[in-house]
Amino acid sequence: MGEFLNDWGLSIPTFLPIIGAAVMLLIPKDREQLHKLIALATTVAVAVFGLLLLIQFVDNDNYGALNFVVDKGWIDVIDSRYIMGVDGISLPLMLLTMLIVPLCVIYSWNHFPEPHNPKAFLMLLLILETGMIGTFAAQDLILFFVFFEVVLLPMYFMIGVWGGENRRYAAIKFFLFTLFGSALMLVSFLALYFLADASTFDMRLLPEAAAGIAKSSQVWVFGGMFLGFGIKVPMFPFHTWLPDAHTEAPTVGSVILAAVLLKLGTYGFVRIAIPILPEAAAEWAPFIGLLAVIGIIYGALGCLAQRDLKRLVAFSSVAHMGFVMLGISTLTDFGINAAVFGMVAHGLITGMLFFLAGSVKERYHTLDMSRLGGLLVQAPRMGWILGFCAMASLGLPGLAGFWGEFPAILASYNPAEVLAEETFRSYMVIAALGTVLAAGYLLWMLQKTAFGNPREEFANDPHIRDASISEYMAWAPLLILILVLGVYPHLLFGATDPAVVNSLNDCLESVTSGACFDAAAGK
Amino acid sequence: MLSSLPSIVGFVRPDIDWHAVAPELTLLGVGAVVTLLDIVLLERGRAYTSALAGIGLLVALIPIVTLAAAGDTREMFGGAFVVDDFALILKAMFIVVAYIVVLLSTNYIAEGDYWENEYYGLLLASVMGMVLMASARDLVTIFVALELLSIPAYLMAAWRKADPKSNEAGLKYYLMGVFASAIMLYGMSLLFGLAGDTRLSEIAATVAEEGSNPVVILGIIFVIVGFAFKVSGFPFHTWAPDTYEGAPTPVTAFLAVASKAAGFVALMQLVHAGFPDAQDIYQPLLWILAVGSMTAGNLIALRQENIVRLMAYSGVSQAGFMLAPLAVAGDIGGEALSAVITYVLIYAAMNLGAFAVIIAVARRTASGEIRSYAGLFKYAPGMTILMTIFLFSLAGIPPLGGWFAKFAVFRAVVEADTGWGYSLAAIAAVNSVIALFYYAKVARMMWFEDVPEEADTTSLSVPPSLVAALGLTAAATLLFGIYPAVITHFTDGTLIALTP
Repeated sequence: MGEFLNDWGLSIPTFLPIIGAAVMLLIPKDREQLHKLIALATTVAVAVFGLLLLIQFVDNDNYGALNFVVDKGWIDVIDSRYIMGVDGISLPLMLLTMLIVPLCVIYSWNHFPEPHNPKAFLMLLLILETGMIGTFAAQDLILFFVFFEVVLLPMYFMIGVWGGENRRYAAIKFFLFTLFGSALMLVSFLALYFLADASTFDMRLLPEAAAGIAKSSQVWVFGGMFLGFGIKVPMFPFHTWLPDAHTEAPTVGSVILAAVLLKLGTYGFVRIAIPILPEAAAEWAPFIGLLAVIGIIYGALGCLAQRDLKRLVAFSSVAHMGFVMLGISTLTDFGINAAVFGMVAHGLITGMLFFLAGSVKERYHTLDMSRLGGLLVQAPRMGWILGFCAMASLGLPGLAGFWGEFPAILASYNPAEVLAEETFRSYMVIAALGTVLAAGYLLWMLQKTAFGNPREEFANDPHIRDASISEYMAWAPLLILILVLGVYPHLLFGATDPAVVNSLNDCLESVTSGACFDAAAGK
Repeated sequence: MLSSLPSIVGFVRPDIDWHAVAPELTLLGVGAVVTLLDIVLLERGRAYTSALAGIGLLVALIPIVTLAAAGDTREMFGGAFVVDDFALILKAMFIVVAYIVVLLSTNYIAEGDYWENEYYGLLLASVMGMVLMASARDLVTIFVALELLSIPAYLMAAWRKADPKSNEAGLKYYLMGVFASAIMLYGMSLLFGLAGDTRLSEIAATVAEEGSNPVVILGIIFVIVGFAFKVSGFPFHTWAPDTYEGAPTPVTAFLAVASKAAGFVALMQLVHAGFPDAQDIYQPLLWILAVGSMTAGNLIALRQENIVRLMAYSGVSQAGFMLAPLAVAGDIGGEALSAVITYVLIYAAMNLGAFAVIIAVARRTASGEIRSYAGLFKYAPGMTILMTIFLFSLAGIPPLGGWFAKFAVFRAVVEADTGWGYSLAAIAAVNSVIALFYYAKVARMMWFEDVPEEADTTSLSVPPSLVAALGLTAAATLLFGIYPAVITHFTDGTLIALTP
């Protein structure tokens, strides 16, 4: 089994969804039940595979290094290879993806958004899954780029076909923003290839090979990547596509967008931009930190101004991703661990919140918070789940959200030595203020929607039932994980820490001592 | 009497390597048979001509394969005609493209009640010009090849005789084409005047010696501008939209892919073999052409309401991308050729595919308006998915073939490691985003909009030849994107040395 997993463990779950989609393509559209079953079977198989990977990963007991490495020729002329592998940073995100997608299939089982068509919807979902898993597994820049882009098309169609009223605008905005960033990112990858000592796209070799690049060039190359990843995160001021995309996307689209797609950006920083170009990262870090805290405050203020529940959750994403970016910008292993934790926690919690928003919308046919209210009266279980998720989202200790925010704030008290302490300490104060605002908007949201008595128009609406079986099935794993990770964060930190320390190579440690930069300066 | 003729006129027949010219001769033979068939069988021959043309094209592939298998470089006529890897891959492409154009034309020409035998005869003649162009390493050969491929195309553009738009298309194409030929010929005469020889290798030597001579500079500029017309580069693109719109759509596909590719073949030969030492002259010129084409083509494409006009301007923009590696050709040498050929090959697959869908859909809607694609997904999901694949491939979204084409261009310009190269990369990056907008506009129409009320929504019937064309192009588009080694196997810069 171990042998098999080592060779095929990553390729099979990456491409299984595509195969599932290809099978569905051949089956006529009206056999909806069969389509749902195929999609479910495929995604569950992928999840089971993920579980096997996890077991083997723990068994290998080598969290810091890449496991299940495959290294095969792909496009020889440009020295791009098919290299896959996971370590403690990518595995949690990959497992999150493998978990979320089947839950999305279960959730949509009986309520596909208009214009229905489960065949096309599920096929897009499967293609998305391939793109997402592949991005987390790829260890070659070009392979990474291809998977990174593969997710664009299905998400574009998901928003554009199944989305809300303003879907056309939201879909193209999402697409154009992301594409703009990734086009420049590709130019950066190429510059890296030609400037580095070794002509390679291999992410394992590049940190060393890129060390010789002149600092001024490094800063430019980092800039291209910053745009590519920063737009995806999204960082202030590139966040404007996010509220539109989230608001207009169908529930499942929002969940995937929040839970996984945004992480592709932050993951890119942690996996590619910083380890390969640490010197440039140090130059950019104060700027990134600044944008991160602006994002935290701006997102929170944005939330307070919303009337639409889904839009509020979308803006809260901007704020939460700000915390993640703040953790990354400290360039310490502590901060980056916090960031990875924050990514997973945000994926679980915000994913849940979007599920809930979708369910509320389905019952009330509106997300206007001034018209909602009394969810606890009409659908008490759902109301409590919403309360639980709001608490998790505002960072209540004991739930997963806490471990993303608090260490990120803490890390900015003590950033890497090359960074100015005063700057980051002021960021820390601002970020801490952000948590207060977060408590404000989430509790306010809870009051508006869950507390009080239902409005007259909905008081006797028979459509408003409590959570259904498929909803429970989709939500339970997420809720359990939010609690478990909150109580025992070491489950995740234990995996990420060796990988962070290792993958941020020798530089991260020497960032603290300044040795890496002294050495570079002496060159 | 006849046998003493050579000694009288002092003509010695040059050695002819029949194997090397077999592709051209095959095309000539098939073209002659098609014409004869018309004369002998008259109306009864109509049913066979397209099949005959198609089979003839496939037969012409055989000598190309055997030549590739032999693997040696063959020269004839003192180096004016060369068969090397560069020539073979492009000859193969021209023939495959022409085969797909025959597939696209079969029903269109038969059902439209247009003249068939002449059409296929002219098509074969034009392809012969292109195949010849791939081997031309001499100004006169290049010019003859260009005219051989252009003149039939002028006629084909006006094939829908009864429609004034088609007449306009043909006439406009003809006038602009002749004008461009004249400019180019003038440039060639200047170069010949200095070099005293028409072979590119001799021209290269003269250019190297007298690089700063204004006559040389003028000659180079005129020659490049002449071909900028052919590849519809900005600002010499003005004929393209009208010609594309008015010409029969299969001919448009032929012009947009094969004719444009032929222009690039000539440009590559001239830049690489003709004036390799004049990079100070041609690089800035091509840089301006590249940036102008991609930007202007894109911006005008944004406003198009007609799908064929949209494809025309998208073609202008794509030409800009193909010109980009040539704008740094002096800095990176053969890699530029490799990038352009990669782009041309992938572009051929995806663009022909897009035109195949346009032809298939127009059979139903009889309209070129982008509006007429509204709600296509509802009644023709297969066609919608294919069109989506082709459009987003043109936009360069992985894993569809276009991404690797764009990648090859980015790689080439970044490799130059100059300010010109990096700025070109940044401009190309921005342009690939703009391009997405109008490709997505068509996709949006097909997927997101509702079917117009008066539209016929029974499922679309697609004739088998179009299905074959769609299958071939879609398979190639996907394969090139997922496993680009298929392409790079042929276009690798180390393999594809162009023999001057």
